[in-house]
Amino acid sequence: MGTDFLILMKQEWMVIAIIFILMFIKIGSNEWKNERILNLVNILLLINFILGLFWNQEGTLFNEMYKTNPLIVAEKNILSLGTYIIALQAYSWLKNHQHVLEFYILLLSTLVGMFFMISAGNLLMFYLGLELSSIPLAAIANFDLEKRKSSEAAFKFIISSAFSSGLLLFGISLIYGLTGTLTFTELSQHLNGNPLEIFAFVLFIAGFGFKISAVPFHLWTADVYEGAPVSVTSYLSVISKGAVLFVFVSILYTVFKPIAITWYNILFILSVLTMIIGNLFAIRQQNLKRFLAFSSIAQVGFILVGISGASREGSASVVYFVLIYVFSNLGAFGVVGLVSALSGKENIDDYKSFYKNNPLLSWVLAISLFSLAGIPPTAGFFGKFFLLISGAGQGNYLLITIAALNMIVSLYYYLKVIKAIFMDPNDNPIEKLAIPASPKLALFICVAGIVLTGLMSYVYEYIYSLATSF
Amino acid sequence: MKDILLQITMANILPFGEVGGALIPLLPLATFVILGLFGRKYFKSFAGILGTLSILIVTLLSFYTAYHYFFVEGKVDGVFQKIVALKYTWLEFSPNVSIDMGIVLDPISVMMIVVVSFVSLMVHIFSLGYMEGEERFATYYAFLSLFTFSMLGLVLSSNIFQIYMFWELVGVSSYLLIGFYFDKPSAVAASKKAFIVTRFADLGFLVGILILAFYSGTLDFGVLINKLTSIQSPEFIHITSASFLGASMLTWGLTLVFIGGAGKSAMFPLHIWLPDAMEGPTPVSALIHAATMVVAGVFLVARLFPVFSVDGTALNIVAYTGALSALLAAIIACTQTDIKRVLAYSTMSQIGYMMFSLGVSKYGGENGLGYMASMFHLFTHAFFKSLLFLGAGAVIHVVHSNEMKDMGGLRKLMPITHITFLIACLAIAGIPIFSGFFSKEEILLAAYHSNKLIYVVGVLASGLTAFYMFRLYFSIFWNSTQNADHLMKHGHGEGSLTIKWPLIILAVCALLAGFVPIAHWVTSDGVPLETHIDIGFSTLPVLLALAGIGLASYLYKTANTRPQAIAHSLGGLYQTAYKKFYIDEIYLFITKKIIFNLIGRPAAWIDKNIVDGLMNGLAALTGKISELIKGLQSGKLQNYTLYFFGGALGLAIILIYFLQ
Repeated sequence: MGTDFLILMKQEWMVIAIIFILMFIKIGSNEWKNERILNLVNILLLINFILGLFWNQEGTLFNEMYKTNPLIVAEKNILSLGTYIIALQAYSWLKNHQHVLEFYILLLSTLVGMFFMISAGNLLMFYLGLELSSIPLAAIANFDLEKRKSSEAAFKFIISSAFSSGLLLFGISLIYGLTGTLTFTELSQHLNGNPLEIFAFVLFIAGFGFKISAVPFHLWTADVYEGAPVSVTSYLSVISKGAVLFVFVSILYTVFKPIAITWYNILFILSVLTMIIGNLFAIRQQNLKRFLAFSSIAQVGFILVGISGASREGSASVVYFVLIYVFSNLGAFGVVGLVSALSGKENIDDYKSFYKNNPLLSWVLAISLFSLAGIPPTAGFFGKFFLLISGAGQGNYLLITIAALNMIVSLYYYLKVIKAIFMDPNDNPIEKLAIPASPKLALFICVAGIVLTGLMSYVYEYIYSLATSF
Repeated sequence: MKDILLQITMANILPFGEVGGALIPLLPLATFVILGLFGRKYFKSFAGILGTLSILIVTLLSFYTAYHYFFVEGKVDGVFQKIVALKYTWLEFSPNVSIDMGIVLDPISVMMIVVVSFVSLMVHIFSLGYMEGEERFATYYAFLSLFTFSMLGLVLSSNIFQIYMFWELVGVSSYLLIGFYFDKPSAVAASKKAFIVTRFADLGFLVGILILAFYSGTLDFGVLINKLTSIQSPEFIHITSASFLGASMLTWGLTLVFIGGAGKSAMFPLHIWLPDAMEGPTPVSALIHAATMVVAGVFLVARLFPVFSVDGTALNIVAYTGALSALLAAIIACTQTDIKRVLAYSTMSQIGYMMFSLGVSKYGGENGLGYMASMFHLFTHAFFKSLLFLGAGAVIHVVHSNEMKDMGGLRKLMPITHITFLIACLAIAGIPIFSGFFSKEEILLAAYHSNKLIYVVGVLASGLTAFYMFRLYFSIFWNSTQNADHLMKHGHGEGSLTIKWPLIILAVCALLAGFVPIAHWVTSDGVPLETHIDIGFSTLPVLLALAGIGLASYLYKTANTRPQAIAHSLGGLYQTAYKKFYIDEIYLFITKKIIFNLIGRPAAWIDKNIVDGLMNGLAALTGKISELIKGLQSGKLQNYTLYFFGGALGLAIILIYFLQ
């Protein structure tokens, strides 16, 4: 038990250790310069990611409250990598911020929450992780201290989050009342699909829907994404979404397997709504952050199509897609955040002729957008294709057709941005921006990820070998 | 078992073993990477030479492969085999489904690599002179290499995933090439239109191949064709017994795949992007819109032809779409005044021929005449059409205009362009001994034997073809000589040797390609076919073609007012054709009026009233609710939660009462 306790939970321990190190620095001295802190955090996060790749074991702790296996470890590693990239990107924004340490302490607390949530073997544990992963987020959404929009974002987030948690808890308590257990392994034996159970399940799903911003539970997304600092927005739209998606797949595929028909129908409805509404709104956005927010809603719709495949391929392609989505979306957010931090510009119109003075950033943004649009040879193409193949496994071609149609719509608006960057004339385009080293490294990782995850078949095959079978 | 798959690696059919074979698509890719990354800085004008040398090697390798395939290794027991020359399992999607990257050599793919690499080589050489002095010269060659890579990868594909990937890559690279002059708004709009329209068609392709792959349980072309063509196989029974809206899933799958092909091949009604795509540099049109990308759809149908041949409905759709496109485009071409647009519509018309020829064909032996004819026409068309585009390019290079009225009398100024253009016109018009004659005769013969209506359409369109091609020819090289004299005075030459040589080489091909015994090589089942030209049968189309030429000569050889008079007397008919049958307007009507009003407006409304409204304060919808709870909070958030809760409740009701 003793060493198990350390090794099985090693990723949680490591992040907790980093949080403590930062707290000691905070208490100990206030003499540290921001640059030094930021570099330290980046190094610690890199070590965290690298150590996460080793000593992986399978097992459960605390009466199945906590469980882990290679897939879960891989998922946590994806999140650690994403967090590392975001930390690198936040450099320009946090350099002059007063509360750097608090930012990272809060941010990493949510990461621990996500880790516990992914490893949950019990609905209570799951709920605990979920809350730990969302409450501190509200605080850091407010981190542009002097901006009103940032406070508005935080406020909206915490209230909507509380509301969704309320419904989720209601669902969980109904489930407990009906089955008499909260443990995942036992739950699946007690479910039979009676109306009350379905009602409880829908409330449960609504809680998930809030986190992954599936339509109609998405309304908070645009405001919060626009108001929050870019780093927080990218964390919300990539890491926190990704974590919930991971749990979503494993819970649906194992715990709620007996009522698979019910959740297939839910996924069908949610994915169609999410893709269509997300895309229709994305077309009209002028603010790039808002644009990426809506386009990421549409992306979730595609992921739901993949999940609805209800097969091992479905589970593998979802994890694979989230990995690609981490690179692509962080690539796009990285450029947008950098431009916003250095020049204060966020509108698509401001990006006209962006290529003139910033060819490198333009290419990074273009490659990321191409990947989000699913154009070969970027990884996004493979990711979307695999999601669609998995979805097609159910034989529902209506869903696949709607998904493919939405791919075209999304291509249209992604091209709009690319056209602005490369082609539209502009008398005073954004000046040449000096990019600090760490955001540069982050963008490099993203581009390398976008290119390599697609072309190296090993990545998918590895994920498949770990994936949950249905 | 119609499709015999030889699962052997025949190393010596490819030049220098597998490495040489892989070089055929990979060399252009390497060129693209090198030119793309370093071209602008280090190569400058040398980029053109580098690109051309690379494609020259590819062309030589392709010819070598073709020689070995057709003369040495390809035929076993008198039948050309489908050889998987290279197969590399790229990714195991699941234990049963693997995604391969490979090279398949069969008659059509071997023929296609020859055509693609050869035409691409000519375009590379031509562009050396044509694009000289262009600021982004290296980028241009990088894009050309990327396109060539995608196209070669597409035709050599061994499985569905690979072909879909290259299919999309072809779309991307043509987007880059059409929009090459990105400071020209019309070019940008055109490239976007081409990309979106073909991507829209690709939706059909994607869903279609997913259906075929799902029912056959494989992504490999060979296995898929085997399973879906053997009547007893469980997969075949499964896919034909499953039906949706009255048609079997097989029909659906094939029709959707065909829609994808029709988009790339500019078949009615998905052709609207092609004329606009003429905004790209002219050599690009010669490559993309004559010989390669636009025939990808024909190639796709040919690739899956064994499966198409067991489904009459899908084949009929192919046939009638092809015939309609052939006739419609020919009529529109008669009225256009932009010379590149005339060529664009003529391409659409000729591809219509290839399509309906496939559509009327059956599988195997003499019945497979249409298949052979289609491939034959694809082969000859590649030469004379790219020649026409390059010739048009040479003319535009001198005249600096695309409009017919700015031309005329250029035959003295540009003797080589004139002669080569004439040869190409004779070829496309189907005049005996020129290449187009042979292939078109086979097509008409195939149509005659299986569908009289399509035959009549084909003959009619062939008369129109001769008319509009010679209208173009006379308008450029004869007619009024005002402009020519003006140009002569200012010392304009015909262009450099790099512009002339490709024209001459292609003219020789356009003259002689008809004598290449395609019938012996490229047939539906790999068994050589004997063909002969029946003089009696050929008389009618040839006479019609001559009549078309005569009429064009009467109207356009000298400057006169007869064309206007005719146009005037035809009135509405002429207008309809001139406006391309108002198809663009119909699209505009549908997209602007219907989609905009039914989808765009409500979306805008929701966006404005719900999303922005919630953001910015009291908008129309939120007004009342906000009014009620004013003073408590902003009121916006309450709305969110209301929708949230409503959504959850709605879902629960749907699931419990309707879907249980």
